[in-house]
Amino acid sequence: MRPTIFKFRLYIAGDTQNSIIALANLSALCDSLLPKRHKIEVVDVLREPKRALAEGIFMTPTLVKLAPAPVQKIVGTLEHLARVLEVVGLRAPIV
Amino acid sequence: MFHRGKRINFRRLANAGLQHKAPTGILGFDEITGGGLPHGRTTLLVGGPGSGKTIFALQFLVQGARVCKEPGIFVAFEEAPARIVTNFETFGWRLTDLLKQKLFFLDAHPTPDLVQSGSFDLSGMLAALEVKAEEMGARRIVFDAMDIVLALLPDAAAKRRELYRVHEWLLAHKLTGLITAKAGGDEETRMGQQPFGFMQFMVDCAVVLNHRVELGVSQRNLRVQKYRGSNFDENECPFVIGKHGFDVAVSRMLGRVDAKVTNERVTSGVKRLDTMLGGGYYRGASVLITGLPGTAKTTLSGAFAEAACRRGERTMFVGFDSDGTEVIRNLTSVGIRLAPYVKNGLLRMISARTITGSAETLLVRIKGLAREHKARCLVIDPVSTLSKAGNELTAHGVAERLIDWSKADGISLLCTSLLDETSSRLDGGTPLQISTLADTWIHLNYLVQAGERNRGLSIIKSRGTAHSNQVRELILSDSGVTLADIYTAGGEVLMGTLRWERESSERIASEVADVAGKLKRVSLDAEEAVLEVRAKSLQTELVAKKVEKTLLTRTTESRAKELSRGHSRMRQLRGGDAAVPHRKKAK
Repeated sequence: MRPTIFKFRLYIAGDTQNSIIALANLSALCDSLLPKRHKIEVVDVLREPKRALAEGIFMTPTLVKLAPAPVQKIVGTLEHLARVLEVVGLRAPIV
Repeated sequence: MFHRGKRINFRRLANAGLQHKAPTGILGFDEITGGGLPHGRTTLLVGGPGSGKTIFALQFLVQGARVCKEPGIFVAFEEAPARIVTNFETFGWRLTDLLKQKLFFLDAHPTPDLVQSGSFDLSGMLAALEVKAEEMGARRIVFDAMDIVLALLPDAAAKRRELYRVHEWLLAHKLTGLITAKAGGDEETRMGQQPFGFMQFMVDCAVVLNHRVELGVSQRNLRVQKYRGSNFDENECPFVIGKHGFDVAVSRMLGRVDAKVTNERVTSGVKRLDTMLGGGYYRGASVLITGLPGTAKTTLSGAFAEAACRRGERTMFVGFDSDGTEVIRNLTSVGIRLAPYVKNGLLRMISARTITGSAETLLVRIKGLAREHKARCLVIDPVSTLSKAGNELTAHGVAERLIDWSKADGISLLCTSLLDETSSRLDGGTPLQISTLADTWIHLNYLVQAGERNRGLSIIKSRGTAHSNQVRELILSDSGVTLADIYTAGGEVLMGTLRWERESSERIASEVADVAGKLKRVSLDAEEAVLEVRAKSLQTELVAKKVEKTLLTRTTESRAKELSRGHSRMRQLRGGDAAVPHRKKAK
């Protein structure tokens, strides 16, 4: 059985503080829980504002989990790990 | 050294800055603020739920898109744009026509399944808006229900930061911004605790809407809290959400062109009343008729309306007490026929009992209907209804605006006002105190005397016209309304039957005197005739005597002549005698 690949898209706004924190949090999470099972696409809405408009992203940072289904959105710096995991569909690691 | 740098041209700054205003197209609001919202600046609009924030905001955008050639963007944080468009179709703004290029809705309302973790910012939205604004050349932007998105932010500092971000962005792009936000019931205390508290210091203009219920009657008010660099009306102004959107009631503002004043008179419909007023009411004047119930206030209003219609002037009759058809029927009994004018469209009867709501709503409705009907004469019977329960506080202002508005539009206004029979101020002030504003004040009252109740009419004041100081008795009959002189006898005022008795006894007395006079004349005539006859017969006698006298003289002369001739002849005949005197011969 092939492992499920998690696809994420993170919308950030340049190098604003919130965006940097979110990107760091997401990377840490993926590295620890989904080693080699994830893809992260980073969209900078300051560079691609039309995309933000088209895709309805108004709060930055916004994380979209594209796969596995269902597609889910989470807004913010991804600080509360338990909450993020719940949305993404992962169980917290047993320490 | 200090002046070597860039010189600031203050005049240009001033011209480019707040002098320029963005009209909102909201009746009254543009007048309060002297033109609209500050152009290229940010305005904060706060109000409780259902206070009309979204309507205000949308009307501002529609005006921009349709009239000012300033396309706009509506950022909806609360409602889905599709729903807003549907909801606002009722105002007849035809939003869907504008949607293609001039108006854009950005759906930014957080979906219920939105999950949030940690802080975020609005830079994404602003970046998206920037693209859109450039694309459509937007000049106006509304952030509707900003509080919704701010509520998601974890702390006050973050809220403040995002508000600053939006504000800075608006300024940088020279967009005229309007941010709406909810404020709970008691605005003054709640505001300070919210991030909007400081926002009110940040923005250039702040407008507060509130919605109160007083004794079950809803009252809406708007207040401009601040407006940098502009004068504005700082009082709370009542407003109404009407058929076409917002309507802010403005008291007469300074600097507004005064109503056209004419010397033209219009008849009151009662001939003798016109005479008492020195020719009738002035055109465009406001007339107040006060009186107890049943003193024929409606009848006088009806007479005025009928006279106006007879001149061919469009007239509106607003009745609070009874139905239009009822009023017409009742007035027919005193010879005032309004039905033909209703039929040919000159007269419009409005039964205002069907209009519910605050005094303000009533005024707006009356104004709307009068404009629709292009009325030149307006009757409101009775205007005192405005001050019924729940409206005591606002009614005076409403009445004031009613008079100002009718003056400005050149409408001749006739209001009746009911005086409470139990009230102690029987012949003084009216509940609305509009008696001071009215140009002509006619007071009707009863006089109970000798088992009768009679109506008396007097003119308390009439500005600019000579007017009678007399109390007249108002008489209603099937041939119309007339005024009769009253009798004052021995310090008592006689009206009704007493007056009639007095009148008839005087009539009889004068008849008797008349007859006596006639008799005297006849007898004198007879005497005169007798004398004349006598004079004539005497005259004839005189002539006869004169003739007789002449005859006598002549006879005497001729006899004498004959005699003398006879003697000489005889002597001649005798021939011998010398002529001797007759006497001697006789011896």
